[in-house]
Amino acid sequence: MEKATLLEWYRQMVLIRRFEQRCSDLYSLGKIGGFLHLYIGQEAVAVGTIAARQPGDHVITAYRDHAHALAVGSETGPVLAELLGKATGVSKGKGGSMHLADVNRQYWGGYAVVGGHVPLATGLALAEQYKGTDNAVLCYFGDGSTNIGYFHESLNLAGVWDLPVVFVAENNQYGMGTAVERASAVTRMVDKAPAYGMEGKQVDGMDVMAVYEATSAALQAIRDGKGPQFLEMLTYRFEGHSMGDPLRYRTKDEVEKWREDDPIGILERYLLKENIADREELENLDKGVEQELVDAVQFAEESPFPAYEELFTNIYVED
Amino acid sequence: MAFITMRQAISDALREEMKRDDTVFIMGEEVGVWGGTYAVTRGFYDEFGPRRVKDTPISEMVIGGAATGAAMNGLRPVAEFMTINFAFLALDAMVNHAAKVHYMFGGQMKAPVVFRAPGGGGRQLGATHSHTPDVIFAHFPGLKVVSPSTPYDAKGLLKAAIRSDDPVLFIEHATLYQLRGEVPEGDYVVPMGVSDVKREGTDVTLVGYAQGLQVALEAAEKLAREGVSAEVVDLRSLRPLDMGPVVKSFKKTFKAVIVEEGYRSYGIGAEVAARLQEEAFDYLDAPIKRVAQFEVPLPYSRDLEQAALINVDRVIAAVKEIL
Ligand SMILES: Cc1ncc(C[n+]2csc(CCOP(=O)(O)OP(=O)(O)O)c2C)c(N)n1
Ligand SMILES: [Mg+2]
Repeated sequence: MEKATLLEWYRQMVLIRRFEQRCSDLYSLGKIGGFLHLYIGQEAVAVGTIAARQPGDHVITAYRDHAHALAVGSETGPVLAELLGKATGVSKGKGGSMHLADVNRQYWGGYAVVGGHVPLATGLALAEQYKGTDNAVLCYFGDGSTNIGYFHESLNLAGVWDLPVVFVAENNQYGMGTAVERASAVTRMVDKAPAYGMEGKQVDGMDVMAVYEATSAALQAIRDGKGPQFLEMLTYRFEGHSMGDPLRYRTKDEVEKWREDDPIGILERYLLKENIADREELENLDKGVEQELVDAVQFAEESPFPAYEELFTNIYVED
Repeated sequence: MAFITMRQAISDALREEMKRDDTVFIMGEEVGVWGGTYAVTRGFYDEFGPRRVKDTPISEMVIGGAATGAAMNGLRPVAEFMTINFAFLALDAMVNHAAKVHYMFGGQMKAPVVFRAPGGGGRQLGATHSHTPDVIFAHFPGLKVVSPSTPYDAKGLLKAAIRSDDPVLFIEHATLYQLRGEVPEGDYVVPMGVSDVKREGTDVTLVGYAQGLQVALEAAEKLAREGVSAEVVDLRSLRPLDMGPVVKSFKKTFKAVIVEEGYRSYGIGAEVAARLQEEAFDYLDAPIKRVAQFEVPLPYSRDLEQAALINVDRVIAAVKEIL
């Protein structure tokens, strides 16, 4: 892997981590409303998978969607502005934290009904197949979402119709407060894939390089005509499900144990140990990220709220 | 002019739109090899092939969702639900995604999908297979809902729906498939969101759509023989709802009866009556009447089912109460 690429992944993961921390602060200050789901701990998944996509490949996910926006390259300012409900937000302030999208970057957004976007992904892929392109769709969802009907119908249809989707299960061990084994009859997400004609692969979701390799291989398999692919990313969310989660369902020890596998720490140690980068280089990247976030917060805070008239726009394309 | 059935008119609209635009395709259960449960797409599979006529598994949630996703990504899917009763399973995809993505993402994307669904009661299919739940779908801004009462409107409205950049639910009343009517040769469009006066009159305004409209027309014919002149307004679209011709007619007749096959509570009649008193209060001469399905699950047994549904006599009785 090239040094520049690895450093870019490092930068993106740090950006996501600190972006989420800023969001947490802004939420406490009452500047972000509604539900807020942080991606802290899972950074390697969004960064490693999206790094593997080719121009033309699509991204769609659930409500834990900030990281995917940042990883596809959406500008930090408008993403944060969306969370603050500002007119300059990526969705003009009408979507909020759970509904970020950046269609120009083929990011079709975050969706807040569990599993609801999985058939949309299937449809995006159907359109690519119909048009005869080589493009594929990266569709992300949590472990909890694999128990909903949408998931099963979508995987089956993708299997029957050979649709170009990489189904990326982000197994962070819990759906809200429900551990995988309390909600799913099989505890390995990959074990659900064979029912729909897919092999499935379990990946260390804390290792951005492993994530990248697996996703590249899955995308290549699709382009080689092998049909839809399924990846299970083993990961963990270090924070609560959303803000105000009482965290009664897991122990501090468990969290501490997973924190040893911090995806940023893993990459950082690798970069230093292999002498790919020195501490100063990494600190400079950190500083760049800090500045980017200071600018983003300023942009978002100074942006206006949407005008009243905006309430009535975009209900229909045609009136 | 051709004198054809509603089934044929819908089929012609689909075929013509598929020939006109390669991004238009059909997906649904038994739409292909079988030829459509109500034979609307008979012959399409042979004519257009499996790329454009897609048989799906029995998976309403993904039919609704994948059609929406394909629409977001540049196609114009026409997704068929075998009947509207099964569209309940896809309600989330329709009202939370098809109807919302344009607004919720600030205009970044659109979902020009058409959902087709036969619906309605009167065929002894029992409680689960006889719903007229049109209002449920019409409740949500972002989705357009149309339901024609004549072959002419069916063809023109379906073309408008397919060409629209917005998501549309196109409801076909199954008892109207055999109804014949004049349909011109060649291309035409009936715009959505435009009500239509189907019969002129001076004494009372009957408002309906789809099968209810046909009942209203029949009632108007009988009333005419008794010297009562009824004007009949066809809503055609439930959302957007065009009250213009209804209000105009009401200001002439001062009396209205709303005829709908669905339940009375929270129904189309409730909406139209509320709007009439808001928009034409000074013209109210009598209570606005509603003729609707009785508030029971539809039973199987023939006479019992018919007793629960709307009919011409009930419309005439309602008119006579306020004349
Ligand atoms: C259909 C539906 N049911 C319930 C919810 C409430 N809910 C929001 S997130 C969530 C847990 C989902 O867990 P998982 O899929 O593992 O994703 P994670 O939050 O871990 O990323 C639930 C139950 C919802 N949004 N949608
Ligand atoms: Mg989870």
